[in-house]
Amino acid sequence: MSTVTKRIVLRGAGFSLRLHPRAVVVGVVLVLAALGVALVNLTTGDFPVPVGDVLRSLAGRGDAGTDFIVYELRLPRVLVTLLVGAALGASGSVFQSLTRNPLGSPDFVGLTAGAATGALVVMLILGGGGLRVSAGAVLGCVITAVTIYLLAFRRGSQPFRLVLLGIGVSALLEAANSYLIYRSQLNEALAAQVWLIGSVNGRGWTEVVIVGVTLGVLLPLVVYYGRHLKMLALGDEMAVLHGVPVERSRAILALAAVGLAAGATATAGPIAFVALAAPPLAARLSRSPSTGILPAAAMGAALLTAGDWAAQHVLPGNDMPVGVITAALGGVYLTWLLFRERGGTR
Amino acid sequence: MTDPRLRAQDLTLAYDKRVVVENLDVRIADGSFSVIVGPNACGKSTLLKSLARVLKPQAGAVLLDGQAIASYPSKHVAKQLGMLPQSPIVPGGLVVEELVARGRFAHQRLLKQWSPEDESAVHEAMRLTEVAELADRFVDELSGGQRQRVWLAMALAQQTPILLLDEPTTFLDLSHQFEVLDLCAELHEQGRTIVAVLHDLNHAGRYATELIVMRAGTVVAQGPPDRVMTAELVEDVFAMPCRVIDDPETGTPMVVPADRHRRRGIRAPEAARA
Repeated sequence: MSTVTKRIVLRGAGFSLRLHPRAVVVGVVLVLAALGVALVNLTTGDFPVPVGDVLRSLAGRGDAGTDFIVYELRLPRVLVTLLVGAALGASGSVFQSLTRNPLGSPDFVGLTAGAATGALVVMLILGGGGLRVSAGAVLGCVITAVTIYLLAFRRGSQPFRLVLLGIGVSALLEAANSYLIYRSQLNEALAAQVWLIGSVNGRGWTEVVIVGVTLGVLLPLVVYYGRHLKMLALGDEMAVLHGVPVERSRAILALAAVGLAAGATATAGPIAFVALAAPPLAARLSRSPSTGILPAAAMGAALLTAGDWAAQHVLPGNDMPVGVITAALGGVYLTWLLFRERGGTR
Repeated sequence: MTDPRLRAQDLTLAYDKRVVVENLDVRIADGSFSVIVGPNACGKSTLLKSLARVLKPQAGAVLLDGQAIASYPSKHVAKQLGMLPQSPIVPGGLVVEELVARGRFAHQRLLKQWSPEDESAVHEAMRLTEVAELADRFVDELSGGQRQRVWLAMALAQQTPILLLDEPTTFLDLSHQFEVLDLCAELHEQGRTIVAVLHDLNHAGRYATELIVMRAGTVVAQGPPDRVMTAELVEDVFAMPCRVIDDPETGTPMVVPADRHRRRGIRAPEAARA
C-alpha cells in the first residue's frame, strides 16, 4: 500500500479533502493532552480546587469563591499558555519549512532577540510596562524580521542565508540586550532579566486577548497558505512551474509567522525552544515528511502547558518562569538532534 | 498569419549582469514538437526557462495567448504550460507517488484537494513513465534515470497542453532515452505542443517537427529538420565538419561527423608502430 492511498479522501458535492489519518489522530490526541494538562493546572495552586468544582465553575454554575480562583487567577494564565504555545508551534513550523532547515525557527533566526531588544528599550529607556512592553516587543520583532528578510532575499531566494544571517543578527542583538541591562539600575535590570526568561506568571485577560487575536487572525492565514509550503519545499523554480505565486506566498507566510512569534513573545516574553522543537516532534509522531502546521500548533500548546505545570511543581513552593523549563527541555532536544545527525541515521 | 499560443518578443535574458540572450524572437508553432539545439552555453535552457516564466526577462516579453505571461495569475499559466527542469531539488523523505501527486497542485483548491481527476491524472502519468512500480520508494533513494522519469511523471500529471522539457534524456540509458522520446512523440500526436532542449542532433532530427537552432543567444535557423539541418549549418553552428545523410531507419536527417581524428595523422595501428 502506498502512502497516498493510505490517506483518507473525503468527497462531497464540490469538495474533496485528503487527510493523513495518522496526522489527524496525533493532532486530536495532542489537543486533548494540552486541554487535560490545562485542566490539571486549573485545579492546582495555592488553593487546590477539585476538578468537579473547576468544571462546574467553567460551565457557569460555580460558587463565587471558586469562580474568582478559576476566572481571575488561573484561567487567563492557562489560556495564555495554550495560545502562546500554539502560536510558537505554528510559527516554527512555517519558518522551518520556508528555510528548509530544522534550525530555522524564530528563536534561532534572531526574531526573539529582536523582540527582546524592543521590549528592553521600552522597559529600560523609554519607561513603561504592560502593553507598552508588548508593543515594543512586537515592533522589535517586526523590524528585525524585515531587516533579515531584505538582507537574505536581496538576490533571489537562499533560505540557508536567512538562517546564517539570523544567527549573526541574533548575536548582535544579544550584545545590545546585554548592554541595555548593564547600563540600567539593579531593580530594573532584575525585572528585565525576569522578562527575558519568558513567563506566563500573572498574565491576565488583556494578554489572553492579545495572543488570542493574533492567533485567530494569523493561524487561518498560515493554514491557507500552508498548502504552498509543500510546493516551495521543491524549490522556487518547481513552485513557480506549478502555479505558486512564490514571492507573494513566501512574504505572506513569513510575515504571518513573524506576527505569530511577535504576538507570543509580546505576551509571555521570549520563551525558548517551543517553536524549534514542536514542529519536528509533531512530524515525527505523525510519521509525515512535512510538518503540518496544525499538529505543530497542537504540539506547541501541549508542550508549553506541560512545561508550565512542571514550572509550578518541580520545585515545591516555587513558581518558576516556564522559560526555565522550556530552555532545559530544549537543550536536551537540541543535543539529541545533533547527536542523531552525527549518527547519520536517515 | 495568426500568432501561436506561445512566443517570445524581443527577449533579453541575463543572469545578474551577464547577458545570455539578446533581442530574441521565437514563435512556438501550436501542436509542434519543437526541439531547441545549439552548442553548450548558447542560451537554450535559459530560453526555455523564460518561456516557462521561471526566469524573468530583462527586456522584451514572453507572450502566452497574446498577453505577457507574467500578467496572468500563476495558477492559470500552470494549467496551460508545464516544464521538466534540468536539476530539481530532490526532497528528502518523500515517496514517488506523493511527489507525482504534487504535480496536481494547480488543479487543486483548499476545499478541492483530491478530485477523481487528480487521482486518474497521477495514475496515468505514472503508467506512461513506467514509474508505477516505484510508487512507494523514496525519491532520494532512486537512481538518476528513475528519478528523471519520476520528474517527468510529475510534469505529466499537471496535464498541460504545452509541455517544455529541458534535456529530458539526461541520466537515461539508450533504451530509456528512446522511450522518453517516443512518449513525447505520443503526447505530441495527442495534440500537445512539446518544446524540448536536446543535445543529440540525431534525436532532434528524428523526432522534431520543428527545429530551433541557436548560437550565442540568438536563433539562427528555424523550420522542419529536413530543410534546416544541413551540413553547412551544422558546421557553421557547431564548428564541426560533417555529412548529413538520411537516417536509414526513418529517412530523417542524420548527422555523421567527419573523421577528424584519424585524418590528423595517427592513421592506423601500423603507423603508430613505425
